[in-house]
Amino acid sequence: MAVGTEGTAHAPEPDSFSFDAASEATIARILAKYPAGKQASAVLPLLDLVQRQMARVTGSGWVPRVAMDAVAHRLDMAPIRVYEVATFYLMFNTAPVGKYNLQVCTTTPCWLRGSDAVAHACRRATGITDWKETSADGMFTMTEVECLGACVNAPILQVNDDFYEDMDAESTERLLAALKRGEHPEPGSVKGRQTSAPEGGPTTLTSLSFEKAE
Amino acid sequence: MAKVTVDGIDVEVPNGSNVLQACEAAGVEIPRFCYHDRLSVAGNCRMCLVEIEKTPPKPFASCAYPVADGMVVHTDTPMVRAARRGVMEFLLINHPLDCPICDQGGECDLQDQAVGYGTDHSRYAENKRAVKDKDLGPLVKTVMTRCIHCTRCIRFSTEIAGVSELGATARGESMEVGTYVAKALSSELSGNLIDICPVGALTSKPYAFVARPWELKKTDSVDVLDAVGAAIRVDSRGTEVLRVLPRINEDVNEEWLADKSRFSVDGLKRRRLDSCWVRRDGALQRASWPEAFAAIETKLRCVDGRRIGALAGNLSDAESMLALKDLFTALGSANLDCRQDGAHADAGRRDFYTFNTSIAGIEAADALLIVGANPRREAPLLNARIRKRWLQGGFPIALIGADADLTYGFDHIGDGPETIAALLGGRQAFSDVMRVAKQPMLILGQGALARPDGADVLAACWQLAAATGMLSPQWHGFNVLHTAAARVGALDLGFLPGRGGKSLGQMLDGGVDVLWLLGADEFDTAAIGRDTFVVYQGSHGDCGAARADVILPGAAYTEKNGTYVNTEGRVQLGALAVYPPGEAREDWKILRAFSAYVGRTLPYDDIAALRARLERVNPVFARIDILPRFGCADTTGPAGDPGRMRGAAFAPWIDNYYQTDPISRASPTMAECTRVHAPAPAQAAE
Repeated sequence: MAVGTEGTAHAPEPDSFSFDAASEATIARILAKYPAGKQASAVLPLLDLVQRQMARVTGSGWVPRVAMDAVAHRLDMAPIRVYEVATFYLMFNTAPVGKYNLQVCTTTPCWLRGSDAVAHACRRATGITDWKETSADGMFTMTEVECLGACVNAPILQVNDDFYEDMDAESTERLLAALKRGEHPEPGSVKGRQTSAPEGGPTTLTSLSFEKAE
Repeated sequence: MAKVTVDGIDVEVPNGSNVLQACEAAGVEIPRFCYHDRLSVAGNCRMCLVEIEKTPPKPFASCAYPVADGMVVHTDTPMVRAARRGVMEFLLINHPLDCPICDQGGECDLQDQAVGYGTDHSRYAENKRAVKDKDLGPLVKTVMTRCIHCTRCIRFSTEIAGVSELGATARGESMEVGTYVAKALSSELSGNLIDICPVGALTSKPYAFVARPWELKKTDSVDVLDAVGAAIRVDSRGTEVLRVLPRINEDVNEEWLADKSRFSVDGLKRRRLDSCWVRRDGALQRASWPEAFAAIETKLRCVDGRRIGALAGNLSDAESMLALKDLFTALGSANLDCRQDGAHADAGRRDFYTFNTSIAGIEAADALLIVGANPRREAPLLNARIRKRWLQGGFPIALIGADADLTYGFDHIGDGPETIAALLGGRQAFSDVMRVAKQPMLILGQGALARPDGADVLAACWQLAAATGMLSPQWHGFNVLHTAAARVGALDLGFLPGRGGKSLGQMLDGGVDVLWLLGADEFDTAAIGRDTFVVYQGSHGDCGAARADVILPGAAYTEKNGTYVNTEGRVQLGALAVYPPGEAREDWKILRAFSAYVGRTLPYDDIAALRARLERVNPVFARIDILPRFGCADTTGPAGDPGRMRGAAFAPWIDNYYQTDPISRASPTMAECTRVHAPAPAQAAE
């Protein structure tokens, strides 16, 4: 199997995992939110922290098993309880991913609005043939996700943490090309509308004035 | 109490019960997969649906719905039946139709309930899902495609066994039950997963494809591979014991069974002594019963009665031990011992050597001190009871002895006798915990008794019990935990050195000229004097038989009717499931026959007469299956001087849980468990 240029796309399970100084500072803040003896509640934020540290350090945001063990140890939980959580939530990647995780929403509203075209454009631009695959250059992984909760701006392409909305084939290709160049386009609607307001400004209640009544 | 009407039957159930329990109380059977009355409620199989009046018109999962006073429940309406059929159809969507090759066939909850609620064909035309099998070690076989995700195994291992190793990973159709990382389950109770699995996902690995349940003869008996005395059912076909399953005995094992007791059965077919052997010219040669008896008789004729001795093994039944004792008394010998490990026991009073709180009584205790014991290895079922009590909270536990993972939280307050002295002197914080407790208890293990200062440790622990309020007319918190099934019975009938008699240590190294071993293999046979004539009577060719001059083939515990007394002092009857192999005979009959051969005929011709004699020796043998619990009115302690305890730490008593007796040592399954679970040998320093 081809090893990506970043050297991370097909990284094997690391031998060990430990939280770095930046993460440790965050852990202290997270744990302070829970009463003593209830630290296990912090399993989700800690797994998320693992994924972010992995992304920061190795360029691939995923949660290796040794890291789950580290979380279990830190929170005084049985390791299997952490495995259960980490594998239940699809937001945690239990295998290495590319630098950019392209999360294409294919639930009904996005699908009706053209998510097939978005997915197709992603495949064409990255050379990926199927879900959960990572491109040869280690830059992209494609993931099929369920509703991202932004149906008003469908279809959605979530890249790592950022939502790119109102996508179509052309804007998807533009976005991926920019990412390849190392740019970071502004997230949000690619059509330029404000949040989920109508395109081109308000279309109803235009006669209303919000001036203070005399 | 809440009044509930189930299908027109009025019942009263305690508040907080669930509807399923109310239905059971009314005698209405509710189908279920995930619900198990000893586990937490999961409510995820949805098979136990019922209809409840004056609620929204929908079926309710009865296992997860609490009762209310005046509730009216219907379990057999069209809606209920349709709902259960729907659930069953969903369960069968992904369940393979492989019953003909499934070991659960014939005792499968899904199979049984599909008869009631399944349809004759499937409407599902898509591909079924397939799941990779998991490797859970040498005992539990997995066929995970059959799993219906009831999560009983996960809850059992987490709650009862206390090892959080099983879990459900991923979700939806991808959900899988397993360990995520491949590993053998590190529990001594893992075999119970096979029993609680309602389908054929978890089955017995050694028993795979061996038999169908309807082919088996079922014999109720009692387990002897540890001193807990769990109730078992021995399943046999023809002359073979094929498997051992637990029976329900709420006072002892509830419905669980430890792995050694369950999986050692293949040891019953291996290394068996099936004919007499006599050593001639330095080598053991096959012989007939008359030849073997003659060889012993010839030897006995020229030996004084005081120069012969007998040693009872850990698996011996009370009948054969009494016959052996009577025979040796008739021959003029008081050299008897049942303590192969040299453990100190004061047989002066019964509560000096039994588990007086009783196993079920652990649930009433509110503080526990463990001295020189590892209950998890020495008595896994008793350990499960301690864990059950610990989970209820308010149960501080302290351990003196080797540190270990006992599946519950405890304070490791010391390693040896000096900590007992500190507790006695009030210099240890835990003595205050025990004083404050209303019903504290102490468990004294064999690791603290089988040492030169065992008598002093026993006396010190008794004093500690007396000083911390463990001994009162209503409560007896002093407990000795035995590991040998025969031990309490032997102490009850006085299988100990009589007046002027020699103990095991004195009989070894030439202390006697003839040594009769009744299934005794757990001591260093090399220490027997070179010129001592050894008679080995037992079932397996183990170290005792290897040293013997004459071998008399006896019966294993599944091959004889015998009385066993567990560590609590509970007298229980084991039953014959199959006949002993070859020339082997029940042990008391061998002794009775030999007594006639040497002209000292024992005065009993059948087991009823022998049991009558047993009752005359000690009336406790009349109380079968009944364990009256006594408080302790007389706090006079056993002989011993706490001041003479030496400083050495208590050593772990059992190194390898899986091989502790001739049967488990002969078992390939136990050998495999030993290989898998044994700690990696320490790397030699380079």
